[in-house]
Amino acid sequence: MSHAGEKDYFGAKLGIWLFLFTELLLFGGLFLLYAVYLHRYPLDFAAGGRGLDWIMGTANTLILLTSSLFAAMALTALQKGDPRRSIVMLGCTVTCAAAFMAIKYVEWSAKISHGIYPGSELLKNGAPGESVFFALYFMTTGIHGLHVLIGALLLAWIAARVKSGAVNTENSILLENSALYWHLVDLIWIFIFPLYYLML
Amino acid sequence: MIPVTPAPSSFWNDTGKTGISAWIFSTDHKRIGLLYLFSTFGFFIVGVLLGLLLRIELMAPGRTIMEPQTYNALFTVHGVTMIFLFILPSFPGAFGNLVMPIQIGARDVAFPRLNLLSWWLYMGGALIVLASLFTGGGPPDTGWTFYVPFSARTGTNVSLAVFGVFIVGFSAILTGLNFVTTIHRLRAPGMTWGRLPLFVWSLYATAWVQILATPILAITLVLVMAERLLGTGLFDPGMGGDPIMYQHLFWIYSHPAVYIMILPAMGVISDIIPVFSRKPVFGYKMIAFSSLAIAAAGSLVWGHHMFTSGMSDTAVMVFSFLTFIVAIPSAIKVFNWIATLYKGSISLEAPMLFALSFILLFSIGGLSGLILGAAATDVHVHDTQFVVGHFHYVMFGGTGFAFFAAMHYWLPKFYGRLYRERPAIIAWALMFTGFNILYFTMQVLGMKGMPRRYYDYLPEFANLNLLATVGSWILATGLVILLVNLFHGLLKGEPAGTNPWGGASLEWSTPTPPPTENFAEEPVVTHGPYDYSRTGVP
Repeated sequence: MSHAGEKDYFGAKLGIWLFLFTELLLFGGLFLLYAVYLHRYPLDFAAGGRGLDWIMGTANTLILLTSSLFAAMALTALQKGDPRRSIVMLGCTVTCAAAFMAIKYVEWSAKISHGIYPGSELLKNGAPGESVFFALYFMTTGIHGLHVLIGALLLAWIAARVKSGAVNTENSILLENSALYWHLVDLIWIFIFPLYYLML
Repeated sequence: MIPVTPAPSSFWNDTGKTGISAWIFSTDHKRIGLLYLFSTFGFFIVGVLLGLLLRIELMAPGRTIMEPQTYNALFTVHGVTMIFLFILPSFPGAFGNLVMPIQIGARDVAFPRLNLLSWWLYMGGALIVLASLFTGGGPPDTGWTFYVPFSARTGTNVSLAVFGVFIVGFSAILTGLNFVTTIHRLRAPGMTWGRLPLFVWSLYATAWVQILATPILAITLVLVMAERLLGTGLFDPGMGGDPIMYQHLFWIYSHPAVYIMILPAMGVISDIIPVFSRKPVFGYKMIAFSSLAIAAAGSLVWGHHMFTSGMSDTAVMVFSFLTFIVAIPSAIKVFNWIATLYKGSISLEAPMLFALSFILLFSIGGLSGLILGAAATDVHVHDTQFVVGHFHYVMFGGTGFAFFAAMHYWLPKFYGRLYRERPAIIAWALMFTGFNILYFTMQVLGMKGMPRRYYDYLPEFANLNLLATVGSWILATGLVILLVNLFHGLLKGEPAGTNPWGGASLEWSTPTPPPTENFAEEPVVTHGPYDYSRTGVP
């Protein structure tokens, strides 16, 4: 038991884990809807899943997994006393995030140009299950994309803090917690990918 | 904040900073606690005024003072204000912040800056909710539950109001994770889990519910906004969605949320009753455990709000059964409080009177809750004034009265001055009388079949509605006397001294008002919070 004012490493870790838990529950609401509607419209969901581009989905999965590796390497580099390397690794993570968002942009644009977006005439007049599938797809990947964006901005800010020396070998908890947040963003995608793209 | 002239070297002035910015940017848990107290209580007053207007409208059949649309907006705003801007944030935000760190012997919470951010988010969200009343299509008229399909279609400003509530929810999550971390990490030497004051235990259980339930509210509100702005159709049967899913998601949060509202209130009562009975609390472990049990079991009963929604019969039975389970830990608390009173040396001062009336009012509310929790009887009283009466018994008679108990019990500690006893007791007597006339009548009206949220009613309900409205005036008179007396005393009253009530928990061992650092040196705890024989108080 330590006191405020001193740096409490375990306290900070407990705080971020609790926060990550709330993020899981936030997406949990969407996964709950997915489960219920999948049960109701299994065939429409299968048809919807076939409409997604699994190659882009796989590419994004690989990109996010790699970015998580870079985030972990950034932390290890800093803990081993190499801030320069840490900044490079953070740069790689942010680049991966940008690539992820770019692919997402291409995917969404293609869907929207085919008239598939929430509330579109095509979905309104199509099978009800497919309308629900794509509404959930856009909501889930949209909110996930927002998290990717926030995580990337956070890591870019941390990189600046590492450069200025505010985050350093002795005091790396900010980087560690931000990397944990990034792993969470990755983890949620690991659930989104099979549920939507690998629907058979 | 209201300026006072306290003893030198208290948190009011010992940092040398007393301007507005030294308050609204302060990371001191006591200053943040007072910020929460005044901001949440301000919204409470707004909610009270709206409630009084609603009662005046219902005083007689037909139009009394407002149009039906205004009535719909007012009961919505009354509910949203009272629930999201007062009851949910007020106990953890105000008294949790003021008292909890001192009770565990800490200098501050684990994340003081996050604590300040929580208050700012709360204020931001609250201002957005306020803005929604005066912009767009006017104040929302959906009821505080924002049920689809109406909330997805009404032309009123639901999207902005919902967004404000979303922000307030984010503030609650941060407070919750801050408190859990604080209670785990910052307890003083010797402050074992078995020596935590029961208020801290109740806040601990509350904080877990805030962490685990609020994210579901967040995603539900986002989906309502998407429904309105994008037309996602996830709750629209015409597009394959299901409105029942909205009700499920909403109550998965909102039922546990009523435990966010009531648990800290039960904690205050568990702290006050032993002090004014001069007797250690009976069944410490069971009271602490029952807080966790209520938090856990209360997370599994949301479906009892949906017995008439068309949900499957199996679900109705399961949720009805689970609802009865929650009654067990609640009853454990009530019986333990009564056992604490047994053969105690009871002194009926203002905090104790509010605490005792909490037990009675909460029990009436809890027992009427069983009528609603049993599927067979619920069908008859669902969506009637009976529900409104029940809810006000547990939320106002429960949490509200506990809040007044806490104000009389703890605020002298932080202002350094005492209110006058006699007016406080008169205020309590008026409030208790008015309260029962108002809400018991509502329950009777509900039993007779008067629906809730109706602007007009049949002539046979007229007498009872008039009676309820008169009750609301008695209640409001008591409230005015209470506030005038309390704050007059806090600013101008007699000095309170370190330990005016003879409590044994740590907050009564620091100077009054406490200094910014709370304790001159880190306390070492050698006895339990209700171990009066070892603290030197008579």
